Amino acid sequence: MQRIGVFVCHCGSNIAATVDVKKVAEMALLEPGVVHAEDYQYMCSEAGQEKIIEAIREKNLTGVVVCSCSPRMHETTFRKAAEKAGLNPYMVEIANIREHCSWIHKDMEEATKKAVILTRAAIAKVNLNTPLKPGESRVTKRALVIGGGIAGIQTALDIADAGYEVDIVEREPSIGGRMSQLDKTFPTLDCSACILTPKMVEASAHEKINIYTYSEVEKVSGFVGDFTVDIRKKARYVDMDKCTGCGVCQEKCPSKKAPSEFNRGLNTRSAIYTPFAQAIPNVPVIDTDSCIKFKTGKCGVCSKVCQAGAIDYTQKDEIVSQKYGAIVVATGFDTIKLDNYDEYAYSQSKDVITSLELERIMNAAGPTKGHLERFSDGKAPKEMVFIQCVGSRCADDRGKPYCSKICCMYTAKHAMLIRDKYPDVNVTVFYIDVRTPGKNFDEFYRRAVEQYGVNYIKGQVGKVIPQPNGKLLVQGSDLLDNRQILKEADMVVLATAIEPNEGVRKIATMLTASIDTNNFLTEAHAKLRPVESPTAGIFLSGVCQGPKDIPETVAQAGAAAVKAIGLLAKDKLLTNPCTAQSDELLCNGCSTCANVCPYGAISYEDKEVNDHGIRETRRIAVVNSALCQGCGACTVTCPSGAMDLQGFSNRQILAEVDAICR
Amino acid sequence: MQELIKRAKELLEDGTVARVLGWKAGDLPYNPEPAYFDSTESLADFVYNGFCGANLSKYLIEASKLEGKTLVCLKPCDTYSFNQLLKEHRIDRDKAYVIGVGCKGKLDIERIRKMGIKGIEQISGAEMEDAADTLTISTIYGERSCKFADAMLERCHVCKGKEHQVYDELIGESKETKDADRFAEVARIEAMTPEEKFAFFQKELSKCIRCNACRNVCPACSCRKCVFDSNKFDSAQKANVDSFEEKMFHIIRAFHVAGRCTDCGECSRVCPQGIPLHLFNRKFIKDIDEFYGEYQAGMDVNAQSPLTDFTFGDVEPGIVGERG
Repeated sequence: MQRIGVFVCHCGSNIAATVDVKKVAEMALLEPGVVHAEDYQYMCSEAGQEKIIEAIREKNLTGVVVCSCSPRMHETTFRKAAEKAGLNPYMVEIANIREHCSWIHKDMEEATKKAVILTRAAIAKVNLNTPLKPGESRVTKRALVIGGGIAGIQTALDIADAGYEVDIVEREPSIGGRMSQLDKTFPTLDCSACILTPKMVEASAHEKINIYTYSEVEKVSGFVGDFTVDIRKKARYVDMDKCTGCGVCQEKCPSKKAPSEFNRGLNTRSAIYTPFAQAIPNVPVIDTDSCIKFKTGKCGVCSKVCQAGAIDYTQKDEIVSQKYGAIVVATGFDTIKLDNYDEYAYSQSKDVITSLELERIMNAAGPTKGHLERFSDGKAPKEMVFIQCVGSRCADDRGKPYCSKICCMYTAKHAMLIRDKYPDVNVTVFYIDVRTPGKNFDEFYRRAVEQYGVNYIKGQVGKVIPQPNGKLLVQGSDLLDNRQILKEADMVVLATAIEPNEGVRKIATMLTASIDTNNFLTEAHAKLRPVESPTAGIFLSGVCQGPKDIPETVAQAGAAAVKAIGLLAKDKLLTNPCTAQSDELLCNGCSTCANVCPYGAISYEDKEVNDHGIRETRRIAVVNSALCQGCGACTVTCPSGAMDLQGFSNRQILAEVDAICR
Repeated sequence: MQELIKRAKELLEDGTVARVLGWKAGDLPYNPEPAYFDSTESLADFVYNGFCGANLSKYLIEASKLEGKTLVCLKPCDTYSFNQLLKEHRIDRDKAYVIGVGCKGKLDIERIRKMGIKGIEQISGAEMEDAADTLTISTIYGERSCKFADAMLERCHVCKGKEHQVYDELIGESKETKDADRFAEVARIEAMTPEEKFAFFQKELSKCIRCNACRNVCPACSCRKCVFDSNKFDSAQKANVDSFEEKMFHIIRAFHVAGRCTDCGECSRVCPQGIPLHLFNRKFIKDIDEFYGEYQAGMDVNAQSPLTDFTFGDVEPGIVGERG
C-alpha cells in the first residue's frame, strides 16, 4: 500500500475562489492510501515546495498528488521537489483542478465536487504508480531547415553561425521563397531582392550550410535529438558540378511556352530554366512536362549548346538519408485560390489581379519589365481599385477566418508606389479596417493617404463587372458616407488572403507536429513557447506558424534558431520513461501496433516464450524504448492488452475511470 | 462430398497433408461438428452438407503449430476469415492446404424450428450435391417440408458471393444466395431514438448467459488470452459488480474486432440465446464503409486496414463525432 500525500493549491484565488480547497484536502484524507493532506496558497512557491519535501520526509510518503494547475505548467516543479526529498519523481501525479475545474466553473459547490473527484482519480492512479527511470539519448549536432525562404535562410544562418551544420531543403529550384518575388518592402520601400540576395549568397557560401534545392522531405523517423530524414533530390537533368550558369541553354531552348511560376503565370519561361536571375544555385532544371526531348525524344538542343556538358537526360531522383538533432519548419505561404470569389471576376478579366501578381508587374525583372499596364490590352491604367480582405477575415467557410496581417501594409505600399511613379493614376482602396500596428507602419499608411492622395473608402466591394468597353465596373459601398458606389476602373487588385503552403499538412504529419484547422502549425504554447512545436525537437519559423511580415518572420526565424541551438548544444537528452512495453505472454503478434506506431518504434521478433509451462516460439512485438514517445496509440489498438504504457498503464487509467465513476 | 473425400484421401496418402480439417456427423442429423481426420480410414466419418455452417479458419491457429500441412475445407465466406488471420500473422499459409468447397447456402435449424417443425428425425435435401429448393423433414409427428431458402442462416441471405478469396484447389459448385440488404437491420436500429436503442440492446443482451460461445467461435477473437480472462486489467472481476456486465462484454468485443470482423456471422449462429450479435459488428462495418470507403476485411491480405492505416484522405475525427 502506498503512503500518499495530497497537496491542494489555492493558486491565490484562481482555484480557491471557486473550489473549497479545505474540503478537497479533507475528502482526500478519506481515500485509500492517503496519510497526509493539506492546502496552501501557492504550492509552486518555494514555501509550498518545502511543504511537500517536509511531508515526504516526515511521513515517509511513497506517492504525492498535487491538486493544482495543468501538469504542463508545474509538473516538473513538483517532480523536482519530490526528487529532492528522495522520492522517485514519477511517483508524483497532478490533479488539474484549475484549467479543468475552477477556471471553467462558477458554482462553488459543483466545482468542489468535481475537484474532489479529480483528486480521487489522481490518488487512484498514484496507488498503482511505480518508480520510473528516464534513459538517455544522444543528440546529432546537425539541424534541418525545411523551406528556403527568408525564414529558413535566417534560421539556417543563425544556427550555422553558432557552429552547427545546417541543411536547407527547398522544393523550388532556387532558395529565396516568396520574398524573392516581392518588388519593394514596407515600410522602408527598399528593394526586396537587394536585401534578400545578400542573405541568399551568405547562406550558400556558409561553410556550415548545405542547401538542397529542388528537393523535398520524403520521410522522417526518429525523435528529438536523433531524427533520420530522407530527402528526395528531384532530378534536375543538369549536373550541378559541371554547370557554369551561363544561361545559353535557356536562351536556345525551343520550348518557351511553360507558364513562369516565379512570375505567377503572367508570362512564360523555357522548359530548361532558373526561376529568376539571382537564383541560388544558378543551375537550371528541366521541366519534363514542357521539355520536347522528354515529350518526344527529339530535340536535345540544350545538351548541344552546353559547353560544359552539364545536361544529363538520364539523371534520376536521388534519396539522401541524413541524421538531424533538430528540425525547423519554414514552409511559408501562398495566396489562396480565388475560386470561391467569382464576384471579383478574377477568372473573367485579365485586369483583375492579385497583389502578388502586382508585385511581379511592378518589378523591373517582371513580365512587363516594371511597367504598369493592363494585361488585356497593354494600355496604361488610369483608375486603379484595390480590394482588401479578399478571403481574409471571412465569417463563412468561403475564405479564411483570420487576418492575413500583411495586406493593409502592402496595399499602402502599392498605392504609394503607383502614385509616385504614375501621378496621373487614381488609386482607390476599399477596406474593412486599416491595421497598421508595427514600427513606422501607421506613419507609412498616413503618408499614402496624406502625401500621395490615395483614396481610402471604408467598405467592401460586392461585385466587379467586366464591361464591354474593357473597363471594370466596381460596385461597392462607402460605410462612412452610407452610400453605394459604382466606379469604373482599369485594373482591380485583390489583396488575396494568404494560407500555409500546400504540402504543409503532409510535412506536419511526417513530423507528427500538430496543425490547426487553417493548416498553420501549432506552437507548444501560444504565448510562452511560440516557436516550438508541441513535438519535441521541431521548431517553427515564419508564416507556417501564422501570418507575419518580413521583420517579424526574421525575428521569429532567429528565435527558432536559438531554440534549435539550445537543443544541439546538449550532448545527451533524458528520455521520457513513459514508454510502451509489450507483454510477451499476451502478445498475439498481429502487427497492428507496429502499423499504428507513428515513430516506427515497434518491431517483431520470433522469440521462445514459456507460457505457464508451454514452451513455444512466438511472433512477439518488441518496443525500442529509445524511439517510443509514449503516445499510447499501440496500447489502445492492441486487442489483447499486451501493449501497456509505463506511467499510464491500462490498469492505472481504468483505476482513474473507476474512481471518477465511483 | 464423395469427390471431396476422394481428394482428401489422395492428399493424405501422398503425404501432401498430415491431416484433414472438416466436419463429422454429430449426434443429431442437423449438427455436424468440426473434426480432424488423420487417416484415410477415419475419413469414413467425414460429412459435408447444408448444416456445415461452422467456419473452420480459426482452427488453423492451432493447426499451424502442428507438424505437416493441414487440409482445410473452406466455404467462400470462410476464406475471408482465413485471409484476415493471415494478415494478422496468426496462421501460417504454408501449413494449410485450402480446398475451397462449394456452398449453396447453409441451414439454420433454429429457423426450421421457428416454422413449428419439431421432433426432427431426418432431413433430406440438405446434401451438398443436390441442394434442393425444398427440404423434406421427417419428424416424429410425420413428414414436413419447407423451402431451402427460408431455412437459411441469416448470413446466407446477405451472402458475400460465391468466389473463394484463397484456395489451393476448388471442389464443388457454389451459388450466391443473397436476397436481402446487409445493412437494413442496422439502418433500422440507427433510426431509433437513444432510448429505443438502449431498450433494444438491453432486451437482447440481457438474454446473454456469458457462455462465451460467440467469443470462442469468432475468428477475430483469437487473442492468446482474452482481456476478459486476464487478471491484468481488473475486468474479470467487474462481472460481479455490474448487473448488466454483458453489455460491456459485447460492446468491448465489438470494438476489439472492429475493422477485422469479416462478418462471417458465426457469433450469431452459435449463440444459444439467439442474440443477433452480428448487428454490432455490422454497424461498425457500415460506418467504416461510409467513412473510409467500402472495405471488406479478409478480401485482400495486402489491403490497408481502414482503422489502423493512416491516409491523408482520412475523415477528420470531428466529422465522425458530428455524425454520431
